[in-house]
Amino acid sequence: MNETPAGNRRVELHPILPPDTRAPVEFFWRGRALVAREGERIASALIAGGIDVFGHHPKDGSPQGIFCANGQCSQCTVIADGVPVKACMEAVRPGLRVEPLDGNPALPPVTRPPRFHAVAEVATDCLVLGGGPAGLAAASELGKAGVGVLLVDDKHRLGGKLVLQTHKFFGSIADCHAGMRGIDIATVLEEEVRALANVECWLEATAVGVFSDGGVGIVRGGREYVLVRPETLLVATGAREKMITFPGNTLPGVYGAGAFQTLVNRDQVRPAVKLFIVGGGNVGLIAGYHALQAGIPVVGLVEALAECGGYKVHADKLRRFGVPLHTRHTVVSANGTDRVESITIAAVDERWQARPGTERTYPCDTVLIAVGLDPVDEFYHKAVAFGLKAFAAGDAAEIAEASAAMFSGRIQGLEIARALGRDVPEVPTEWREKEAVLKSKPGAVAAEVLPAERDVQPVFHCCQEIPCDPCTSVCPEKAIVVGEDLRGRPRFLGEEFGKKCIGCGACVAICPGLAVTLVDWRRDPEFPIVTIAHEFPREWIRKGDRVTVLDTEGQALGEVEIVHVASAKKLDRALLVRARAPRAIARRIAGIRVQEPAVGEPMEHYVARLTDETVVCRCERVTAAELRALVRRGVRDVNELKAITRAGMGACGAKTCAALIRHLFLEEGVPADEITPNVERPLFVEVPFGVFSGTEIEDPSP
Amino acid sequence: MATAQTSFDVIVIGAGSVGTPAAFALAGAGLKTLVLDENASVGQGANKAAIGGIRATHSDVAKIRIGLRSLEILSTWQDTHGDDIEWVAGGYTFVAYREREERTLRNLLAIQKTHGLPIDWLEPAELRAVVPDLNPEGLRGGTFSPEDGSASPLLALHAFYRHACARGARFHFREPVREILEERGRVVGVRTDRDTYRAPVVVNAAGGAAREVSRMAGLDVPVTPDSHEAGVTEAVQPFLGPMVVDIRPAPGSANFYFYQHRTGQVIFCITPDPPIVGTDRRETSVFLPMVARRMVALMPRLRTLKVRRTWRGLYPMTPDGAPIVGPSRELEGFIQAVGLCGQGFMLGPGLATYLVKLIAGDLDEADREVFAALAPDRRFAGAEKLK
Repeated sequence: MNETPAGNRRVELHPILPPDTRAPVEFFWRGRALVAREGERIASALIAGGIDVFGHHPKDGSPQGIFCANGQCSQCTVIADGVPVKACMEAVRPGLRVEPLDGNPALPPVTRPPRFHAVAEVATDCLVLGGGPAGLAAASELGKAGVGVLLVDDKHRLGGKLVLQTHKFFGSIADCHAGMRGIDIATVLEEEVRALANVECWLEATAVGVFSDGGVGIVRGGREYVLVRPETLLVATGAREKMITFPGNTLPGVYGAGAFQTLVNRDQVRPAVKLFIVGGGNVGLIAGYHALQAGIPVVGLVEALAECGGYKVHADKLRRFGVPLHTRHTVVSANGTDRVESITIAAVDERWQARPGTERTYPCDTVLIAVGLDPVDEFYHKAVAFGLKAFAAGDAAEIAEASAAMFSGRIQGLEIARALGRDVPEVPTEWREKEAVLKSKPGAVAAEVLPAERDVQPVFHCCQEIPCDPCTSVCPEKAIVVGEDLRGRPRFLGEEFGKKCIGCGACVAICPGLAVTLVDWRRDPEFPIVTIAHEFPREWIRKGDRVTVLDTEGQALGEVEIVHVASAKKLDRALLVRARAPRAIARRIAGIRVQEPAVGEPMEHYVARLTDETVVCRCERVTAAELRALVRRGVRDVNELKAITRAGMGACGAKTCAALIRHLFLEEGVPADEITPNVERPLFVEVPFGVFSGTEIEDPSP
Repeated sequence: MATAQTSFDVIVIGAGSVGTPAAFALAGAGLKTLVLDENASVGQGANKAAIGGIRATHSDVAKIRIGLRSLEILSTWQDTHGDDIEWVAGGYTFVAYREREERTLRNLLAIQKTHGLPIDWLEPAELRAVVPDLNPEGLRGGTFSPEDGSASPLLALHAFYRHACARGARFHFREPVREILEERGRVVGVRTDRDTYRAPVVVNAAGGAAREVSRMAGLDVPVTPDSHEAGVTEAVQPFLGPMVVDIRPAPGSANFYFYQHRTGQVIFCITPDPPIVGTDRRETSVFLPMVARRMVALMPRLRTLKVRRTWRGLYPMTPDGAPIVGPSRELEGFIQAVGLCGQGFMLGPGLATYLVKLIAGDLDEADREVFAALAPDRRFAGAEKLK
């Protein structure tokens, strides 16, 4: 893999994303000039400049850095021109003076007497919270049904997490744009919604509370508070990442996949020089792929189960590119003083505990946590409790793939139109069936079927039942089938069905799993030509290169010569690489190694953890040991834990620790029915008094 | 529970701001004490909704005396008992921007002075020296009582709870009282879903549920909860010393108050007008715009301060705004300690010492004056000027 120069932490070369052409903007970090890109968030500009520690916690001086990159926590707070701001949300301005936040911030002095305007109230037929795949699909159905929709999203563009997904999506082309990249699906869905006159979209608008009188508080642009009074509410707020606890878990450099993808794929910075991934679900596997595409080495991935839980094609892809997947292993600790310097992992026993003596340490500066998702459903539950006509769609209702979220959105959109008395048909049974199929977990794995050594034929390195079939749609000969529903494995219909492969490579190019190759025996049966899809920068691979090729599961098969690299527009930024391969291995070739095995080597000695500190509530720095001691003393009320330790009282509103505390009770053997959960109260994120008061602000400085 | 003990000297109903310090004091006096509460842990009623202000500068003699006791206990707690309850002697200031409030406050000041309370009138410049960020426009001055202060209701109550347990008091949670048992005109115990407990003295410290509990004893006590909304901000460096109280009425609210807690967070509360009567504690959309505008108008610097969380808490109100404390004439051994009108946290610790003396039959003349003023069978006439 090509190395970018040390110190340059911008993604200069990317196979999918267009080059970053935004104008440079100078700003200052502790008085030192740094260069940001126009409109860039402060956090990304700092990371691009090599700054990872944004401040130190008031309680214990522990270093703080990026965590959610999503405006949800406050870990990345810095002082910008004297005002404390979340670095991941605030854009850089020319000449901006940014300082670390060490301890609590000073409240800026204000001299001007305030002037107020009334807080605006807006009525709407349907308020949609969240402009991701579910919210957009719902807004589209609602719009078509003539329902007035107000859709709010806290980001600067629509699409939700789709805008971070540079890879091609699964599912079927007709139903959910399979084979397209997430970033492009976002654009399609957005255009659909924008074409509807009765759908209004507010960007950079954050819902902060659902109130018992039926109002929903929205903060627009961080400045203006609006009270929306909707007749119906659709909560399509997506998911939040689960976290896990281990010593060193709050060191700067430990964060979730969402944050990583935001920094890399939205802001095009490289937050990591060496990445380690915790969790083998689709999120972790895909994040690893995104890292490699952005030129970030992936040292390894650890998964406690015997197999990665994500799609096999995603796991296989990582293995082929040279990333070791350590299944049946767990994190022992993240090590480092001011930031992550290494990770120690160990094999797990049958009780999921680390087995002593199996510890190994890998050097890395970033530990990406991808251990699952939880629905962001608090607005929905509040709204239901308050008697609002509330609905939930997408991950906010049930965690699944984006393809399923689109169906879920369409279904709920139609349900809402019906609830509002609009003349719309009942939700087609077919939609619900498709949603169920798209939601389904990966199924059985079968052995790879190798075709005969003649003519030209596709080889499917796709051995697991997953809901995906774009290869069947793009084949001009209609020679590929997947069976009853789209969960079947793909199969090439040969001569016995009167079908013939013309070697066009469409199936190779469209496959979201990069799991189809084409083997052409026609010219030289001893050295057939293998066509492989490759999504890495064009500059990294050239005709005449000798590359290591691997089988489906990442076993090296040998070196082969590249004879052609195609990068046509219709290939949608994928490369079709042709290699001349010996007959013995040709059909088994599934991919090309991009990362040298040395990257995944452990250090000679393992690093015993430097700290026993495992933090559960990162906002208030409450440790697992403190909470455990109270639980052992008999505390069963989460509110009591909170009162004594402040766990859950921080800026993020217990978004991270609530689930960790539940888990801690379970670990201590406390039955669920003995636990009194914490009381949930507004606000969803912190909001200045000035915004609620309707203070007129002429300029952003105090 | 090691032993199923069912016989006590005193049963306290309610492990809140009043019941918990009472248990601490009763156990300290050597009385076998049981506290029963329907919630899962200590202080889960109004205590955790309290914002933490503690003052003795009331206008009613009984509350002044109880408040002074509370101040003494809470301000010396850490030295005496070791727990940090985040006490700060930040003082209280009641600010005046109109002639009307100035007159009210000055009249009260005269009464407060006669009780020897450390409180004075500050002219605008003096007041701004204490609270520099007050909007100077139209400021006429205000009262300032430097010895009042604040502490964490959560930590303070837990400290009382832990020490009460250490002194032998028993607490049963998730155990609501179903029946108050009496024999021949005197209380003999209570019955819950789990057990029957016997004691010659039962204290009603049930806060917002005081009236329902009292009804079990066949008595009506005029306590009606209404709700106030409160909130807490992010933590910032110290910039505000005292609790600031603005008693000007405005559309929708009677008054509001806020202070900077020792954690650096500003905690604030507003009194809705007309009152929102009932036990509904769900959040409303009205609160934040209303309180934020009043606060930013009074102190423009608050504009950039971020609100973190809001909640609603119950004020168990009485017809005259004074607590209802003392033995019931109709049912011997049944003691009311209810209707604290939103001041349970600041009055509870002091009140506990009075309850011990009452139960021990150890009242002096001054104590009797306090109980006379707060007696359950008093005539509820007039309202306290500063609730």
